[in-house]
This record gives sequence, structure tokens and C-alpha cells, in this order.
Amino acid sequence: HSAGLHYPGASVPAYSTFCCLSGDEQDLNERLKRLYPAVNEEETPLPRSWSPKDKYSYIGLSQNNLRVHYKGHGKNHKDAASVRATHPIPAACGIYYFEVKIVSKGRDGYMGIGLSAQGVNMNRLPGWDKHSYGYHGDDGHSFCSSGTGHPYGPTFTTGDVIGCCVNLINNTCFYTKNGISLGVAFTDLPPNLYPTVGLQTPGEIVDANFGQQPFVFDIEDYMSEWRAKIHGMIARFPIGDRLGEWQAVLQNMVSSYLVHHGYCATATSFARATQTMIQEDQTSIKNRQRIQKLVLAGRVGEAIEATQQLYPGLLERNPNLLFVLKCRQFVEMVNGTDSEVRCLAIRSPKSQDSYPGSPNLSPRHGASNPHLHTGGTESPTCSNGVTPLKSKNRSSIKYPSASSSASSSTSSSPSSINYSESNSSDSTKSQPRSANSTQETRWETLEKKPNIYIYILYIDSEMEIEAEHYSNGVVDGSSARIMNGTYKHEEILQPDDNSVDEECSNGRQLCGGNQAATERMIQFGRELQALNEQLCREYGKNAAHKKMLQDAFSLLAYSDPWNCPVGQQLDPTQRESLCSALNSAILESQNLPKHPPLMLALGQATACVQLMARVRSGSCSFARVDNFLH
Amino acid sequence: GSCILSFDINEVTATSRHYVDRLFDPDPQKVLQGVIDMKNAVIGNNKQKANLIVLGAVPRLLYLLQQSSSGLDLRTECAVVLGSLAMGTENNIKSLVDCHIIPALLQGLLSPELIFIEACLRCLRTVFISPVTPVQLLYTDPTVIPHLMSLLSSSQKTQEYITQIFSHCCKTSDHQTVLFNHSAVQHIAPLLISPSYKVRMQALKCFSVLAYENTQVSMTLVNVLVDGEPLSQVFVRMMQRDQPVEMQLTAAKCLTFMCRAGAIQTEESCIVLKTLPCLVRMCSKDHLLEERVDGAETLAYLIEPDVELQRIASTTDHLVAMLADYFKYPSSVSAITDIKRLDHDLKHAHELRQAAFKLYASLGSNDEDIRKKITDTENMMDRIVSGLSESSIKVRLAAVRCLHSLSRSVQQLRTSFHDHAVWKPLMKLLQNAPDDVLIMASSTLCNLLLEFSPSKEPILESGVIELLCSLTQSDSPALRINGIWALMNMAFQADQKVKVEIVGCLGTEQLFRLLSDPDNSVLMKTLGLLRNLLSTRPHIDQIMSSHGKQIMQAVTLILEAEQSIEVKEQTLCILANIADGNTAKDLIMTNDDMLQKIKYYMSHSSVKLQLAATFCISNLIWNEEDGSQERQDKLRELGFVDVLHKLSQASDPNLSDRAKTAMQQYLA
Repeated sequence: HSAGLHYPGASVPAYSTFCCLSGDEQDLNERLKRLYPAVNEEETPLPRSWSPKDKYSYIGLSQNNLRVHYKGHGKNHKDAASVRATHPIPAACGIYYFEVKIVSKGRDGYMGIGLSAQGVNMNRLPGWDKHSYGYHGDDGHSFCSSGTGHPYGPTFTTGDVIGCCVNLINNTCFYTKNGISLGVAFTDLPPNLYPTVGLQTPGEIVDANFGQQPFVFDIEDYMSEWRAKIHGMIARFPIGDRLGEWQAVLQNMVSSYLVHHGYCATATSFARATQTMIQEDQTSIKNRQRIQKLVLAGRVGEAIEATQQLYPGLLERNPNLLFVLKCRQFVEMVNGTDSEVRCLAIRSPKSQDSYPGSPNLSPRHGASNPHLHTGGTESPTCSNGVTPLKSKNRSSIKYPSASSSASSSTSSSPSSINYSESNSSDSTKSQPRSANSTQETRWETLEKKPNIYIYILYIDSEMEIEAEHYSNGVVDGSSARIMNGTYKHEEILQPDDNSVDEECSNGRQLCGGNQAATERMIQFGRELQALNEQLCREYGKNAAHKKMLQDAFSLLAYSDPWNCPVGQQLDPTQRESLCSALNSAILESQNLPKHPPLMLALGQATACVQLMARVRSGSCSFARVDNFLH
Repeated sequence: GSCILSFDINEVTATSRHYVDRLFDPDPQKVLQGVIDMKNAVIGNNKQKANLIVLGAVPRLLYLLQQSSSGLDLRTECAVVLGSLAMGTENNIKSLVDCHIIPALLQGLLSPELIFIEACLRCLRTVFISPVTPVQLLYTDPTVIPHLMSLLSSSQKTQEYITQIFSHCCKTSDHQTVLFNHSAVQHIAPLLISPSYKVRMQALKCFSVLAYENTQVSMTLVNVLVDGEPLSQVFVRMMQRDQPVEMQLTAAKCLTFMCRAGAIQTEESCIVLKTLPCLVRMCSKDHLLEERVDGAETLAYLIEPDVELQRIASTTDHLVAMLADYFKYPSSVSAITDIKRLDHDLKHAHELRQAAFKLYASLGSNDEDIRKKITDTENMMDRIVSGLSESSIKVRLAAVRCLHSLSRSVQQLRTSFHDHAVWKPLMKLLQNAPDDVLIMASSTLCNLLLEFSPSKEPILESGVIELLCSLTQSDSPALRINGIWALMNMAFQADQKVKVEIVGCLGTEQLFRLLSDPDNSVLMKTLGLLRNLLSTRPHIDQIMSSHGKQIMQAVTLILEAEQSIEVKEQTLCILANIADGNTAKDLIMTNDDMLQKIKYYMSHSSVKLQLAATFCISNLIWNEEDGSQERQDKLRELGFVDVLHKLSQASDPNLSDRAKTAMQQYLA
């Protein structure tokens, strides 16, 4: 049972694969991905072949630009010719390796294998010039930006496989011959070197292996040593702990994380076990938790209402957030989950039951609200703070012709059939469910377990338990995983007496299949449109809002919104980011950190590793944050 | 001050006394508490441990441990305290062993209680891993090993302790056989994939000691599967670079020993691409001094018999240059800055040097290019020269091994060996050295005495002959061979003075003894010496005039004896040399028996012998010399012409040519 901490920034964008890759290319991509997981190929592509553009004319390429042959006169060193790979070696490789097989040593076997920077003269063998490095087959010497070589290794000839390994952590290079390491050849290498080979006499042919084939040398074993070294360095990094200071920081990290997400009971248990304080008071945490649950349950209208009630002025100061919330509310109306349509559609307990202690200050809307059915565009009934403005019927919006009679925005034919039902639904609010009581039960179970770490592991199981309370055991435990610092609830908060089986997509209907609800939804849509226009006037055009609104309205264009191109919006997981944004806004309004320090630290570490790649610090390859998340 | 001090000691003894007294309490509960208190008192306190031992706690603890009436808790605590006492000094261990702790603890292993068994094993482990404990004590009772094998399945702790005991107590091939016959391989192999690192590590160590120079074990190991995987692959995985160094090194040892025992071919990739590079890595500066010593020695052993592995190792990771660093301890920096470091360096300096010499010796034993690479390494010859006279016998032996390996190079003999006058320390080494050093040194001397070696002259002048002659009287066949071999090389194209000195010093008696040496190679080299002595006419006549009788006797004896073709060929060659002398010829001509022998060998089935015998006759009948006519006539009478005639038709071109040349002497 894992706590499932996963930071989104930690994953590096995958190399964009094309739809029609041959099997070989796919193998190559997979092998390169495995060898160099930290490389972002969108920023820094890996060498995959020799460059037909970056070579001397005496060089011929064949076999997908992997085979190099000499086609000059080969009289003397002035006839030397080189070719570079298509891309320089990215620093994020950490350890980079390629091999060259000598297919034929030709006349004299004057072959050089090595590295060179962009722009180094190609009418030369690698190693002879500045920023050029090579190991030559005829004498086994290494050439370090100089015309004179140093005795380095054995000579090499037809049939030998020579490997070149660049260590971007300590900026050294060593060669291998037939799978045996020959030891360091160069130190203090500059960045951005290209794999390079040079030939000088007729008949010389070499084949490169940039990962197309398994290597003769066990490079992964070498990498594993460096990975272990760097992990060891991190593990042993001196933190200069003054008595308990470090522990206090860690405890604060855990505690603030729990508080941030409103895991009130766990946070309290943790605080008690570690004898630390919680910065936010319990009521505040519980309030936020309540609001989050509402959003995650798709009851956005209630969430807005609760927010306005508990944090007056918050949404007014954040009109964009309000707009996004309203958009979501609209989507949830389509979904049939928002209480404004739910209470019309089915006999559902009103969510206000969940707030036994909170005074009913704001006017309730819903079935009992007679204004709802006036249906006019000037309806003043919207209690969620949408200033009712005249809304235009957008011609671009297509309404499903079959589903509703409310095809026109001006149409206001309220059907009264829902009155009785909704009234009765009001009367069923007789079974108050208290979040507090659940948490207390929970607390008791926690009390019995002395190990504080169990509490942390329980973060998500706590959610399950609380969810059960709402759903009377409908929960599928596996769906309640913590993702990205929020929780994925799927169906957790679906009311138990919901007779409509929403899990079965075939049975799902717009707004729960209720006409009054549909009308309410349409009306709400108009209000939303009006709000958008108002915001445009006040703050200027907002492309994101426009897109959001369009997407939301587009849902109505399909007979089965759940299985349409924009149907993704209806997925309950879409509520998570909104939930997290609202939570952050509330915390900010209380002068508390917008993001939990744990996530900040994680994000910082991730960004740091990415930055390391950009400033060419090769150890980033083995210091990846996800190596440390379990 | 002294008064207070003695008071302190009394005080300490008094408390110790109290702990021992409590072991004799009639109330078993109080005894148990006493043992527990004692346990807490001795942890990490060597003085307290020594006191308790002196005060006789051990026999009482052993008594309590062995009494079945003691109860499990008490018996276990007793074993724990004994284990703690064993953790102290070597003297503690000696005392414990003297109190017969080992049989008592081994008896304890028969208990059904795992917790007690584990405590006993832990204590046994601590006792057995001490160098002062005689390992034989593990094998005295033949039921112990099988019982330990059966306990291997009990728990991770028993596995760890038992494998550790085995790996420390397996010192001889007999021990290997005992363990092997009790299915050690089958019992220990599964532990290689134990979840406990300690168990994996100790199991691995067991295999390294079991496989060392043991073909039977090694051949078995290659066929063992662990969880479906061949054992060699398990070892390869343990050599991965992210594994702890100790594990990499021990796994490399296992594969090395299996390879040397012939169970794995030297060209297999697990040796060439894994074991060898792993051992080279161990030699690098990144590792502890102990690891570098172990790595170099193991590598030297791995590549010793195989030139291909020597070539690969010599190009891997600049090994030859890397080894030069082994001579830089203690470093000048460490001496000044860090006393602790200096101490550490000093302790390992000898080990490092001898390991490097050993590895250089293996690397250079076959390939001329590698030898050149080694002698070209900075200050190499100087290092060898000073190594030859180091105080540590281990270093001297390794240095002379290295020198010997390099002395196989004609080029090095001509150049660096002479430039550095290596013969001087070598000669010094030959005085009063133990046999193993002497064997290497004299063998090296053989090479230095080769005719093209510029060191030959100064060595001769240094009066080495007596020493070499004394070597020929050694009980060790290797020393006798080296002695006579060196003399043989020395006599090759030597001055008459040297030859006379050799003969005089060796004495004909010793010469005869060597000619009947049970070791065939000694005989061959002695004949070689004779041949070299009997070359150029004046030398032949001179030596034969003084020792002719004895030499002719020896030649007769060998030709009459059951000897190999090679020996008889050498002997006939000596005879041919004698026949080349002026006056020496008569020694043959007047010996009809010898002439008959020559005739016999001219018709021998071996062409080699025919050729040598014909050579002899050819020398006797050679025209230009005094009395050739008489000799020709006599030999004709004896029927040699017919034989020569027959041989001139021989199918072997050399033989027929030789016979024809001889025939021509008659025609002239």
C-alpha cells in the first residue's frame, strides 16, 4: 500500500514517437530511452547516425548513414577525412557510449575514432585539432587536440570493435576494444562534442552502433557504478544538523502536507505523535476538506456556495477562479451530478445536510426555489453570485435536438412535474451525516497505533473511510488513490440512493434525464455566458476562458456527451485540478502557503535536476527525483 | 599515584569477583540475573573481560551452559556472555579454547532450541574466525560437519554463522574434501540468493575457499544451478559494479579459482569480459589498500598460465602504469600530515609491493611486448633491485619472481638488466635465502648467465661457481636443476680457466652423482655441462687428460643403462666432442668396447643416435690430424667402413651426408 506521492514535473516528456516507426527504430528508441532516461530529446536529440551534411567529401555513407567508407586518394595525411554524428552528445546522458566496428582496415588502417566539436575541420582525423579527440588504429595512440599522439592502447584493425565512452559527470573519455576498457584517454573535455570518425586510406570501412545493436562492452554495468556513486553521495550529503533541526523540518513538511490537503484526522494524529503544532486550526482544515469533497463529488454549486459562506469575498477577489468553477458547475450539470440538477432529477438528499453546524445564511437554490422555473433571461435567482446579465443565444452552440424541448434560450416552459419530487427530496434530509463523527471514529483507530508513519500511509485509506461514509460502501478502494497531491475519487461521493446508475455509460442521460434539470442547465449556461462577457468587459478578453466555455457548451452538441470528442470533461478526474486551485486560493486568503512545502521542495528538486541538464552537469542523469520516490 | 592505582585495580577486581560469585548463587533466578548483569558489564570492556576470565568465570559459565537443568534462558545468556568474552583480545580466545569451549558449544548445537543454537553458533563463529584457534578443532568430531549442514536451513543467523565458520576453517585440501563430501556445495548454493546480504557474502566466501586449487569442487560448481541460473552467472551478477566491492572481489575470486582449476575456459566471456576487468578495477586507486592487494594477487593468479589473458590485462585500464602506484606507499604527504594514515600505509606497503611484483611477474611471463612495457614503467628496474634486498621475505620473493619473468627477454637481458646491475642484489639474495627464494633467484641467474647476457662476465668474476656447485647438492630437485643449469650456461664457450674451476669445484664425484640423479632433467643438464666443458680442442685434451678415465666410465655407464634417446644422444655428443680432441681421441681408440658401442648406435633404430655416433666416428677418422691413417685402418678392420657405406644410402639426408663425408676421409 503506497502513499503514491508523485510529482508531475518529475517525469520528463517522452521522446515523441512517430506513428509509423519500423521495428528497428522502435528498438533503438527503447534502448536509447533506457540508456539515457534523463535526456529530453525535444531539447537535445541523441546522435542516431552520421550526418550526411557534416562530413568531408572523401567520406561515403551507406546503410542508413551508419556505415562510413573512404573514397579519396589516400596519398598522405592531407587526404584524411572525417564525419560527425547528427547531434552532439547531450549532457543529460550522464554517461554516453557508442561503438565502431572496423569492417575493413583498408590499405593502411589509418582510422581514428573519437569526438569533435561543431566546426572542427573535417579534412583531418579526429584528435589533430583543437576541440578534437581521437584514438588511432595504426599506432594505438591517443590524440588530444594535437598532431602528436601519446601511447594509449593497443592498435586496432579489421574485425575489432572500438567503443568510446564519454563521462559527462567528470568530463573524461575512455575507449574500449572488443569489450575491454582501455582506461581514461582524455580529461577536461569541453561540452557539446559530436561522435566522430576519420579515415585516411582507400578501402577503410567502419560501422557505427549508436544503440542500434547491443554493445560489446557492458556500458550499463559502468553506468550502474556511477548511479550507485551519485546516490551514495546524495545519501551521505552532510546536512549539518543542529540537534533535531532536521527532524523538525521533515516533520513540518509532512504535517503541512497533510494539513494542506485537509487530512485533518491524520494531521492531528501526526502532530500528537511528533509533539508538533498545526498552524491552521481544525475548523478551518475541516472547512477546506468539506469544500474539496464537494468539488470532487461534482457538486460544484454547493462548493461555491460553501466557499462564499465560509470565506466571504474570496471568490469576488478571484473572478477567474469563480468563472472556472462555474464552468465546471455547468459541466457537472450536464453530468447530472451538480446538486442544482440532481435535486430536480432524483430524490437526492441535499448536500446542506453535511453542514449541520453552519448557519443557513445564504438563500438556497434548488427545487424549492420558485424562481428557477421562471426561466426568463432576467432571472434574478442565481444565488451563486452570477450577476444575471442579458445573455445572448450563441448561434454556434448546437443543442441536441432530441433531448430537450428547451432548444431555444427563450423557451421557458417549466414543467411542474418535478415539484413534488424535489419537495420530497427536501424532506428526506433527515439523516444528517457528520464529517466530524467520522473523523472521530477514525481518530480512535489511529490512537491505537503508535507508529506515526502508519498515519502517513493511511492518508488515502482515510479518504476511503470517509468516502464510505458518504457512499455507504459503494467505493472501489482502488480508485481512491492519491495523485498529484489531490485525490482521485471517481465515484466516491455518489449518493447511495442514486437510482441512476451512472457508472454504466449507456444509462447516462443529460442532466440525469430530467427536463426541468435540463432547463435549469440551459439557463445556467446563459448566466455563465453573461458572466464571461462581463469579465471580458472588465478585464479584457481571456482566450482560456473562451475555450473553456466553448468546450463546456460543446457537450450539448452530442446525443451522448460521455462518448464524444469533448467528453473527457465529464470525467470525474477533471475535478482534481480545480479542487486543488480552489484549495490553494482559500489557503492563500488565510495567509497560508499556496502549495505545501513538500511539493515545493519536490518541484524545486525536479527543476534543479532539469537545470543541471541545461548547464551540462552530467550527474543529473543519475540524480533523478523519481529515483527517490517510492 | 601508585597507591591510588592499586586501589583502582582492587576495586575493579572486587566488582569482577562479585559477578563471578553470583554465578554460584543457589537461587537459579539470581544466577540468571547475575549472568545478564555480567553480559551488560562486559560489553566493549576488554579489561572486565580479562578480569572475569582470570577469576574463573569461563568454566562456571560452561558448566551452566551444559547443564540441562539450567533452563533455556540461562543457557542462552551463558552462550551470549561467552561470545562477548570471545570478542576481546586474542588472549581471551586462547583462554576460552583452553577451557574446552569448542566441544561444549558444539554439544550445545544438538539442543532443539533455535535461540540457544544461534547463541552457541555466534560464539563459535567468533572463536573460529580468530587466528589463534586451531581450525582442526572443527573436524575432530566427524558428526559436527553434517550437523552444521543440517542447521543451515534453520534461520538466517545460523546460515550466516555457519558459512562464516566454514570459510575460515577451510584451509587445506583435506578440509575442502570433508566439506565437499558433506554436500557443502548443495547446501550453500541456495544461500547465494538469500535476502540477507551477510548470508550471501559469507556463502560466497565459502565457495571461494572451497574452489581454490580444487578441481573436484570447481568442476561440480559449474553444473550447479541456483534458482535455475548457472552458478557462474550468479557470480557474474555479484561482480556488477554497483555491488559492494567486497562482494565483487570475492565473486571474482570464485570465478578465478574455477578457471584455474580448469572448470571454466580462459576464453569464456565471464572470465575475459567480467572477471578480468573486475580484478583490474580492484587495483585502481579508488579502492582500499587491502582490496588492491587482494585484487592484484588474484589477477596474477588468474592470468599466470595464459598469454592471451596476459595480453588483455596488459591493455586494460592502464594496468601496468596503475601498478606503479603500489610502490608509492607510504606517500610523502601522509608521513607529515597524518600519523594514522602513515601507520596504515606502512602496514600495507610491503603487501602492496609484493602484490605488484607478483602481478608484473604474471603479466610479463610470456609476451615480449608486455615485458618491454613493464621495464619502461617509471623506475621499474630500480624498484625491482631495491625489492630484492627488502627486509620482507615476501617482497624479496615477489621481486625475484618478477625479475625472473622479465629475464626471459633477450632484449631486457642485454639492456635494462645490465644497466641496473641486477646481478648484484641477485647474488646477495642467493646467500642464505630460503628455498623458495633460492629457486627463483637461481633460475633467474641461469638466464643472466646466457652467453649473450652482458651480466655473465661480472657474475663469473663474483665467484658464483662455488655457490652453484653447492646448489647441485641440494635435496630440492628444482635447486639441483637450477644449479647445474647455471653451470651449464656458464660453461658455454667459456674460458679454459672457468671450465677448470667448474670441474675442480664440482668434483668428479659430484659429477657422477648428478649423472645418476633420479631426476631426468638434472641428468640432461649435467650432460649439457659436460658437452660445454668438452668443447674446443685444447679444452677437451686438457680436461680429458686430468679426468678422462672418470668421464669415459660415466659415458660407458650411461650408454649401457636404460636411458631415454635424448640422454643417449647427449652422451654420444660428448663422445663426439672427446673424439675431436688431439690426445683425447686415444681414450676412445684404445677402448674397443667403446668402439663396439659406437658401432652399435650407428645401426640404431633412432636416426638421432645414428647421427651422433657417426659424428663421433667422423671425428676419429678426420684426415688432417696426426695418426689419422692408423685410426682409419683400425676402424676399417672393425668394419666401420661397411657401416658407413650402408649409412650413406640412408633415407635421412643428414645422416647420409654425414656418412658420405666420413667415407671421403678414406678416399683422400
